Amino acid sequence: MMGEASYPEDLLYHAEHDWARIDAAAQEATLGITWYAQDALGEVVFFELPAVGSAVRKDEPYAEVESVKAVSDVVAPLSGEIIEVNAAVAENPHVINADPYGEGWLVKVRLSEPGEREALMDAAAYVASLGS
Amino acid sequence: MSSSQKRPLLARTPLFERHRDAGAKLVEFAGFEMPVEYEGVTAEHLAVREACGVFDVSHMGEIETSGAGALALLQRVLSNDVSAIALGVEPGGTFAGGAQYSVICREDGGVLDDVFTYRLDEHRYLTVSNAANHARDLEWFRSHADGFADVHVSDRIADYAMLAVQGPLARGIVQALSDSPLPARMTAAFRRLSGAEVLVCGTGYTGEDGVELLCRPEDAPALWDQLVARGAKPAGLAARDTLRLEVCFHLYGNDLMVERGPIEAGLGWCCREHTGFIGAEAVRAVREAGPRERLAAFEILARGIARQGNEVLGGGVVTSGTMSPSLRKGIGLAYVPSERAQPGSELEIDVRGKIRSAVVKEKPLYRK
Repeated sequence: MMGEASYPEDLLYHAEHDWARIDAAAQEATLGITWYAQDALGEVVFFELPAVGSAVRKDEPYAEVESVKAVSDVVAPLSGEIIEVNAAVAENPHVINADPYGEGWLVKVRLSEPGEREALMDAAAYVASLGS
Repeated sequence: MSSSQKRPLLARTPLFERHRDAGAKLVEFAGFEMPVEYEGVTAEHLAVREACGVFDVSHMGEIETSGAGALALLQRVLSNDVSAIALGVEPGGTFAGGAQYSVICREDGGVLDDVFTYRLDEHRYLTVSNAANHARDLEWFRSHADGFADVHVSDRIADYAMLAVQGPLARGIVQALSDSPLPARMTAAFRRLSGAEVLVCGTGYTGEDGVELLCRPEDAPALWDQLVARGAKPAGLAARDTLRLEVCFHLYGNDLMVERGPIEAGLGWCCREHTGFIGAEAVRAVREAGPRERLAAFEILARGIARQGNEVLGGGVVTSGTMSPSLRKGIGLAYVPSERAQPGSELEIDVRGKIRSAVVKEKPLYRK
């Protein structure tokens, strides 16, 4: 849909097409959906921010993204507490398509179980999981 | 997110390769593999509102009814007064026929389809059906033709591709290809567009000016290319849906169905019971008594999108819902109890467990 497929090397990936960028101290992570996810959805027309302070649990949905025809759950790749939400994405959800790893980030969480990262995929493993 | 895709054998329109080459997102729709989005629904939608978009709607069906008995049959199967479809002769002797919207009803008034009928000649009419209903409509026409002398019902779905060119610049773009002036709104006539014979219809499904073009399938790709080269932006089914919903045009299968009649759908204006169409008695009874529910247009008050099937608290159901690119709000249509269908009436809609407040608005929801 928007641009070429890309899967940055510095991110970790969840099989439900979500990514996590974990900070150097392994205390916090930024979450979003992958290029594959936004491409499959088509143009995102609605994203409702979850509440700051709410808990997210690995493998469970914490938000919904809506394209014209479909509503899809956004699954948390890691567990924690939401400490920041991207208000700009709620205003202009199209940035999820335009820049899914940058301007299109969704939430930041304080990790409750940093060890969960071991279950996530690196970029090469995620790309392999997508097949061709 | 997760998804699984089954891949049944799907029909393709003559423009399938154009869509694929343009990078369209393709989906199954009524048995066809159709473009839902190219660049994105918002850009395509706004192109139609502000300039010009072109849609491949070749999945639509066509039924030709001809012969001296054609009018009599159509008066039975179509709800509108088909005798009111004008037939004019243009300078040069070509016919320009009128266009008319109707529903097709069962005896009980349930809606089988909503269709446009174009008059091609004195005793020749072309009815454009919804893809999913085409076979049923054709069978319905044929099964009711027996009682009429000199009427022929032909399936023309394989003979026509259909392009909708819509938006304030649409007529100018099509005119530049045409050998003579385009027919006015709500009329239809054959023209040569870059040499190809095309039925040009002054109709559409977007609330914008524009035309719908019925051409031979083999002529469709070159026509598409010329329209795009002159500035028509390819637009998919997603934009077609947001455009029609902003102006509150019905979508069969969402807002119209056999379980509901035309009066509750707000389509009494296209029902002329005096013609004796199939279902006229049932429609008259509902018109006189007043329907229990009515199709109301609504806007979501804060944020969110109601979707087809969401329940209205206290009675009622959403039949269409989307994010309006022009209004930047959640909008939709819902059947609600008649006493709650007036503009200003507040509705609460259960959207997957979250209650969203909405207000009933005048139709259409979008005006220039």
